Amino acid sequence: MAIIQPIAGELEPHPDVALVERVRGGDVAAYDSLVRKYERQVFRIAQHITQNREDAEDVVQDAFLKAYEKLDQFQGNSKFYTWLVRIAVNESLMRLRKRRTGKMVSIDEDIVTDEGSVPRDLADWAPDPEQNYGQAELAEILRKTIQGLPQGFRIVFVLRDVEGLSTEETAETLGLSIPAVKSRLLRARLQLRERLSRYFQRKKAGRGAKSKEAASVATTPGQTGVEKK
Amino acid sequence: MTCKEFLALLDDLIDGTVAAETRAELEAHLGRCKHCEVIFNTTRKTIEIYRSHEIYDLPTGLRERLHAAIMARCKKGCS
Repeated sequence: MAIIQPIAGELEPHPDVALVERVRGGDVAAYDSLVRKYERQVFRIAQHITQNREDAEDVVQDAFLKAYEKLDQFQGNSKFYTWLVRIAVNESLMRLRKRRTGKMVSIDEDIVTDEGSVPRDLADWAPDPEQNYGQAELAEILRKTIQGLPQGFRIVFVLRDVEGLSTEETAETLGLSIPAVKSRLLRARLQLRERLSRYFQRKKAGRGAKSKEAASVATTPGQTGVEKK
Repeated sequence: MTCKEFLALLDDLIDGTVAAETRAELEAHLGRCKHCEVIFNTTRKTIEIYRSHEIYDLPTGLRERLHAAIMARCKKGCS
């Protein structure tokens, strides 16, 4: 494989640019590299939107196939990753619409918010509160908590905070204005924080590290939380 | 600065997108308001927890099925 050394002072091109060029030249193995690099992110996004494992798996397949077929339309003025995410979000929303026939599914639907309110739960958390739970139990808490967010908040939080898109990229991907993304992100973060407080807040007395409710969270076999890093 | 004003800029403080002067005001508020300090710390922690834990494990064989689908598509004419 040729190693291209960037010339000092020049902007280093994103490594995906070279991979995309190789795919365009007929190198399928280069596309496998892009799949390996982004399949986890695409699956996460699809799962967060569809909230259904089979649908999410289909979305991964459809999104990568569509991206492969439309690679000639990829302009290169955005990152391949954000272009792929946009395809994945659209595929996920389409899948959701199919499942909820007759019901409108939109990330732009009106969301009733308690605009301007101050968070209610102000109890501080235990230091490193996630360590009070096993991996599978923690993953279940995090799943349950984020699934409870309104769809429009959840997608913004996932793209912006979990997948690392910028505010501008998130707005473009979802067809929202920048102020709308910012407002939803704040609501999402505060709501998640408040919901997680039930599990993570510092206990006033005694050694019971987990609340009764938190301790009763069922763990799903096979759903093992794995550290990303 | 009131708590409401602090909250309106909470995201910018977390994301590090505030000007130095505003940051100083926000930090001064944090220094005297326990409630906002808790909200700031636990909101940051919320983001960190979601970033660092994989909550949906990837289905096994997904990559292989995808590879097969791409190869099949290739046989139908893509270069």
